[in-house]
Amino acid sequence: MTPAAAFVAPVIEWAYLVPVLVILGAGVVGVLVEAFVPDRARRVVQVVLALAALAGALTSIVLLWPDVLAQNGVRVLGGALVVDPFGLAVQGIVVVLALLATLVIADRTSTKQDAFAPTAAAVPGSAYEDLARRRGLEQTEVFPLVLFAVGGMMIFPATGDLLTMFVALEVLSLPLYVLTALARRRRLLSQEASFKYFLLGAFASAIFIFGVALVYGFAGSVRLADVRGALLEGGGLDGMTGLVLLGLVMVLTGLLFKVGAAPFHSWTPDVYQGAPTPVTGFMAACTKAAAFGALLRVLYVVGQALPADLQEKLVIALWVVAILTMIVGTVIGVIQTDMKRLLAYSSIAHAGFLVVALVGFGELSGFGVRALLFYLLAYGLATVGAFAVVTLVRERAPQPVVVPAEAELATVGAVSGAGTGGSAGPSSTSPDGGVVLGEATHLTEWAGLGKRSPWLAGAFALFLLSMAGIPLTAGFIAKFTAFQSAVAVGAWPLALIGVLASAVAVFFYVRVIVLMFFTPSPRAAAEGTSEAPSDAAEVAGPDLGTTGGTAGPGSAVAALASRVTVVRSEGFTTIAITICVIGVILLGVLPSSVLDLAFEAAKFRP
Amino acid sequence: MTTEIPWLTLLIVLPLVGAAAVWGLGATSARKHLRTVAVVFGLAELVLLGLAISAFDTSDAGTYQLTETHAWIPQLGVSYAVGADGVALLLVGLAVLLVPLVILAAWREQDGDLAKLRHYLGLVLLLEAFMVAVFVARDVFFFYVLFEAMLIPVYFMIGGFGGGAQRRYAAVKFLLFSLAGGLVMLVAVIALYLNGPGGEQGFLTQNLVDHFAANPLAVSTERLLFLGFFLAFAIKAPLFPVHTWLPDAAEHAPAGTSTLLVGVLDKVGTFGMLTLCLPLFPNASQWAAPVVVVLAVVSILYGALMAIGQSDIMRLIAYTSVSHFGFIVLGIFSFTSLSVSGASFYMFNHGISTGALFLLAGFLVARHPSRSQRLADYGGLQRVTPVLAGTFLVAGLSALSLPGLSTFVSEIMVLVGTFSRSHPAALVAVLGVVLAALYVLLTYQKVFTGKAPQNLVGTPDLGAREKWVVAPLVVALLVLGFYPAPALDLVREPADATMTAVGVENPPTTPDLLSVEGSDS
Repeated sequence: MTPAAAFVAPVIEWAYLVPVLVILGAGVVGVLVEAFVPDRARRVVQVVLALAALAGALTSIVLLWPDVLAQNGVRVLGGALVVDPFGLAVQGIVVVLALLATLVIADRTSTKQDAFAPTAAAVPGSAYEDLARRRGLEQTEVFPLVLFAVGGMMIFPATGDLLTMFVALEVLSLPLYVLTALARRRRLLSQEASFKYFLLGAFASAIFIFGVALVYGFAGSVRLADVRGALLEGGGLDGMTGLVLLGLVMVLTGLLFKVGAAPFHSWTPDVYQGAPTPVTGFMAACTKAAAFGALLRVLYVVGQALPADLQEKLVIALWVVAILTMIVGTVIGVIQTDMKRLLAYSSIAHAGFLVVALVGFGELSGFGVRALLFYLLAYGLATVGAFAVVTLVRERAPQPVVVPAEAELATVGAVSGAGTGGSAGPSSTSPDGGVVLGEATHLTEWAGLGKRSPWLAGAFALFLLSMAGIPLTAGFIAKFTAFQSAVAVGAWPLALIGVLASAVAVFFYVRVIVLMFFTPSPRAAAEGTSEAPSDAAEVAGPDLGTTGGTAGPGSAVAALASRVTVVRSEGFTTIAITICVIGVILLGVLPSSVLDLAFEAAKFRP
Repeated sequence: MTTEIPWLTLLIVLPLVGAAAVWGLGATSARKHLRTVAVVFGLAELVLLGLAISAFDTSDAGTYQLTETHAWIPQLGVSYAVGADGVALLLVGLAVLLVPLVILAAWREQDGDLAKLRHYLGLVLLLEAFMVAVFVARDVFFFYVLFEAMLIPVYFMIGGFGGGAQRRYAAVKFLLFSLAGGLVMLVAVIALYLNGPGGEQGFLTQNLVDHFAANPLAVSTERLLFLGFFLAFAIKAPLFPVHTWLPDAAEHAPAGTSTLLVGVLDKVGTFGMLTLCLPLFPNASQWAAPVVVVLAVVSILYGALMAIGQSDIMRLIAYTSVSHFGFIVLGIFSFTSLSVSGASFYMFNHGISTGALFLLAGFLVARHPSRSQRLADYGGLQRVTPVLAGTFLVAGLSALSLPGLSTFVSEIMVLVGTFSRSHPAALVAVLGVVLAALYVLLTYQKVFTGKAPQNLVGTPDLGAREKWVVAPLVVALLVLGFYPAPALDLVREPADATMTAVGVENPPTTPDLLSVEGSDS
């Protein structure tokens, strides 16, 4: 559009880019570390680098905060990025949650094995994979991948135009697709999840970019400020505001896909279940924060400028999405039997509650933004914490299982996602003796956890109570502010459906608490009697089903894997869980200062 | 009369310290002193309450005293605000009186498993802090937070320590019923703030009441908000038809938990109707009163009839409570100063009476070789365990409101007050008294008369500890039965204040019983 001669290089305000640059720079350095640092030191360097980068980004955000607040936001890179209080606040939330999630990712636990495949390129069940596992190879590319994703997430809510937003969307998504496929155990499930995520993600991206094209067709610009201007002052295509509405709905569809709102939620349970658990925690907390940040920016900058009748239509669309998401998340969540899928549906339900807070985008009080920011932080802390707990609860075989290669292959072939690998390795013994396998994600395996590991189960119960919105936890204040912002704009039926959905959600959170504290563990039951009780067999069935047809080893594995153990953390996960616990309680009992910050952050610069 | 000493805050904090001490101690080798420590904290709380009452001006029981107000979450309009009027003080007294008895009663429970007992006693003390706080909360948000947060310790007390395989089901049912009501109330709480004065103290009950007195709510808004609050309180109370969680919870919870649950916690429902629904939504309360009165009368009869049909002693007591809660709600929504003050006093008496019944039933069940709760498994214990039989009879008679026991005073106040407002309601409710005689005496007959089954011959009578648990309750029933004046002093003026807030006059036929009530019996 502009002749090359007229090109003016933009002035770049480097200072405001520091948080993003630190993260992306560290990501690049991380790739070089992979290439040049010797095998032995690689892991330590990567962990230190990632944590230092995240801490550095957090520090720079804190330092930038007063300045950005005073200037009420700064346009950087010629308006491609907008560092305003809102954008910076979302960046802060993303970085805090990513820091906690990275701690969990870095933890190898007492088994000395991280959650990732030794060589992701190896065919599952192949001899090469077996070799890599025996050699104790580790895939430390995980850390730069996480950093790139975080970089994308930080740009996402702070973009000034839709094209940059699209680029950020891809920058955050592509590493996540890869990370999803990296699970050490149940690799086929993991790869299937990654593939699904990639296909649906690509589809959503396509819809997003189509929407951008339509918006451009109306306003002649992809810059959010220009679109807003065109809507407010005219200058767009006359009488074609419908075009911008359609475009906007498509853009929002792409974003709602990322937050996992119904009817764009179907990838969530599969991906959450298949991805390595630490990555799931990272993805669930940080992606949601970043994507809701972008959603808010689009709605508040462009949506707010729509003519009243179109705005109404957009609000109706949001109502439908909110109601659908809350109902799907809670009702289907009730029947889940897998911990990670249960948390996935819980995350869908939370997306619904967050959308409830979005419907007030038309008014300027800032209550909706405050509610969303607080909610994202509260939800993120509970989510990272909950998935961190899941990483520590493992299945256990009393003695090393030697599974014939054919049987293993057969098990791998089952879509039910059997636990392949991880059986070898002399260091992976559990405190109770025996060999530690993958995570014990079937709900019945959590029975009696409260007796054996009261602190861990207590922390998990706290996270669940917070997600359920019980007072004196962060989740309650979050839900309160979210529903308040909806009632304030007259959407009280939405708040009513929200609380009813919460009541249903409480049912499945409480079911887990009942299991952990009030139900005797299958192991205790199994040790009590000589015959394996049907309960324990039921536990093992779905996870390590004897689908291979080779009844011998299959059933042996099933019987052995009914034992559940809790592995010790190397320290990182413990730190992360502790911080999450403290955060959830503090935000629940003394939320004042954070609410103040969130309210200050409710300022957009178009 | 405000004092420098924050009595109410101390009353809230002391049990919290106790809970921490019990949990902390239980983890060390000194855990055999666990029970002693818990009892000491329970008794210390009682002493503290005595000091607080001495700072309370009983001649002015209608105004909130010992008040404290501090900003808590000013961004949301939330304050930490406490204060007590006569009714609140009476109910705090009930909670603080019952807790040490429940701790004593649990002495041998959990089969002497101290590790388990530690959690139970810790939860009891934690719950005590919540119970005290919820009755003195003078901020709607603060009240709501406590109203919901209380559920968690009770949930664990039912699900973790009760007997039988069904206890998990009972605990979950309790939690889901309560939360469903509570969450609907949450929407009402939010809408209340948005319609109220707003600002940093927008949730203070007094600010809201003053605001609505000056700027009445729109009729439909007020009714919706009333319904939001009332539903939660009706579930809590529990009122027919949302009472079904109570028999299950009572059947499967330990006796001490049932005592606190039915004796104190459920009073939060009726207390909420009295101190939140009526003053905040006076017009809607009058609008809804006819329906509520009908529900209350149905509760009275239904609860009593169901009680007669029960074969499980804990379920039976739970259903008698449904009937009694009907009386309380009837008194509140009859809008006469006699019935309202009677209902306030009823709340206290019912806590004592039902508490005694649950605790004695617990002692009874603990004596059965297989810990059966079925009435049919008992008989003839009158001769075997005379003290247990005698105290059970007193507690039972208090449930049927025998003259001379404190429950009679409150029941007659409710009935006479109701009669002056609505003859049919009072006449039907009186049937409940007749049915009460039936379920109490039938139960006594089944358990204590006739011939003792073989496996119960030689059952030991109440021990010293158990006598100490029951004695204060029996004494309270008798003393307040013959000399109810101290309690009536506490409830009379709050009732008048409530009447003024609702804006209802006593019907001309209301007898002025209150002034002569002291010489009753």
